[in-house]
Amino acid sequence: MNHAELADHFNKDESRVDWHDKTLWYIREKRDKAAWQTPDWELLRSTASQIKNNVLSNLHEYLLQFERKAQQHGVTVHWASTPEEHNQIVYSIIQKHGVSNIVKSKSMLTEECHLNEYLSRHGIDVVDTDLGERIVQLADEPPSHIVLPCIHWKKEEIGELFHKHLGTPKGNADPQFLTAAAREHLRQRFMTSKVAITGVNFGVAETGEVVVCTNEGNADLGVQLADVHIACMGIEKIIPQRKHLGVFLRLLARSATGQPITTYSSHFRKAREGQEMHIVLVDNGRSERLASDDFRNALKCIRCGACFNTCPVYRRSGGHSYHTAVAGPIGSILAPGLDMKQHGDLPFASTLCGSCTHVCPVKIDIHDQLFKWRQVIVQKGYASVSKKAGMKLMTLVLSNPSVYKIAGATGRWLIKYLPFVVNNRLNSWYKQREMPTAPKQSFNEWYNQNRKQS
Amino acid sequence: MSSREKILAAVHANQPDVSPLPELHFSIGEENHVDRFKTVLAGIGGHVVEVANWNQISEFITLNFSESKRIVNTIPELTAVGGSKALENDPHLLEDVDLAILHGHFGVAENGAIWITEDRMGDRALPFITQHLAFVIDKKEIVPNLHEAYSRLETSTHQFGTFIAGPSKTADIEQSLVLGAHGPKSLLVFLIER
Repeated sequence: MNHAELADHFNKDESRVDWHDKTLWYIREKRDKAAWQTPDWELLRSTASQIKNNVLSNLHEYLLQFERKAQQHGVTVHWASTPEEHNQIVYSIIQKHGVSNIVKSKSMLTEECHLNEYLSRHGIDVVDTDLGERIVQLADEPPSHIVLPCIHWKKEEIGELFHKHLGTPKGNADPQFLTAAAREHLRQRFMTSKVAITGVNFGVAETGEVVVCTNEGNADLGVQLADVHIACMGIEKIIPQRKHLGVFLRLLARSATGQPITTYSSHFRKAREGQEMHIVLVDNGRSERLASDDFRNALKCIRCGACFNTCPVYRRSGGHSYHTAVAGPIGSILAPGLDMKQHGDLPFASTLCGSCTHVCPVKIDIHDQLFKWRQVIVQKGYASVSKKAGMKLMTLVLSNPSVYKIAGATGRWLIKYLPFVVNNRLNSWYKQREMPTAPKQSFNEWYNQNRKQS
Repeated sequence: MSSREKILAAVHANQPDVSPLPELHFSIGEENHVDRFKTVLAGIGGHVVEVANWNQISEFITLNFSESKRIVNTIPELTAVGGSKALENDPHLLEDVDLAILHGHFGVAENGAIWITEDRMGDRALPFITQHLAFVIDKKEIVPNLHEAYSRLETSTHQFGTFIAGPSKTADIEQSLVLGAHGPKSLLVFLIER
């Protein structure tokens, strides 16, 4: 199913759509408040953007430096070209330690690689420890938002889910109570897991350290109680120097949730005594994208989710309508690069209003890239059959003045005398909208009548 | 060709011409840093107590925390609380810790975060596994923003260090803020005048 069909499904429950829309807009408002209270906000955004431009232009050197520094501290660095290779590397480390239960904190990269499914096929039980991720995991769903994984779930439904899986009393939907129940449940897993996987927010080339940000403390608790820490990161997560963290950490949480900083911003440079630390660097199409002047900038993303919260389409269609690990506007410009056939519908899931670009902390030209992807997708023949037929018809009409005149007159006549020809279910523009009343004449006719006389 | 060589070769071939790194120049703000730190920390669920000496910290802890529960104090100046027993070499044995008291390096006014490194944690797991966490910070050691914080860390050789801003929290259930997700349920900060 494509985005429009999945969004249709989400839109069946109108009150839920309104609730989803309002909840996300509330987070966008918190972001605004935090941004306005921060001196130099725009300077921070442009500085972050320039740092990321530098990273992408010198990534080869930075990756080598990062690897060298990490190795100096006894960290094992792995390289994976593909998701499969990433999953194999992670599995082989787990296998080496002979464990079958592991904990994982939030990592969009591992979602992108479908690590959980892979490990579960190999008999490894992975527990996602971020509360929101644990909720969607229990429900056997992917996250619907990169920062707020279960933003589409109501507390009553979570109460029901916890009743079924964690044995909480039926009908209890109090967030405080449910969070406490999850804390107890996950504490046991933290205490018994010998391997902990984390994502990476920033990898510092200068020092070889990786920085992981959470509010819950789940990444830290997992890592510090385990014998093995596996940190998985895309190669674009590198930043040049430690001092650049000052810029990114000021922007990240404020853009994401309106908080001044996440509760924990942990800098892992060397494993604790007796522990092993691994970093898995993943490419999966990133090095190829680096060559594209039009689409390279998407690699600057720091995964704050601000573009999701502001997007009028995301807010009203829900994360699952994007059928990809990273949804929303940024996901819509990342996914087609990985698989145009599978994700060719996503750049069309936008009004091109530009709000995403406006809030992006690293100034990615998201809406411009959405528009450019549309062109590439149509040129390469990945647009849907109806879209292609429509485009062809429009080309015929718009490139020929006499056809245009006849089409306009026919359209006006039809809306007036045979409205059911356009007001029907085959016309998706008619969904949730009334068609306009047709004007009596075209502008051309009006002009000929009025201006030519004077 | 190994994946490493393949990735590096592709990155090398595809990266654009070098774009320069920007200078970092940001304003500090006029507000009193200590006041700002206190306001921001309260806003994110932390609790600030101003004290004049170590004794007052001990008194506060005796008054507010039960002696029957385990308190781990890592600060030599605070001999009166928690005892001086060395920690076991297994972080799992810290599971029953109710309160951990750590000496933070410095606080950051703009976001209420406190920087702490492994050498002051007792055990790397302690700040996360304890039910309640208390920091002691010298009042002089409040920097205005993260840029100032990182200029202090320019030559830091920490193996593990973290900024902690408030208690562990989540709002994953319908955006309702709950303190004490996986880590400490509360964060207490003693600002000491020295």
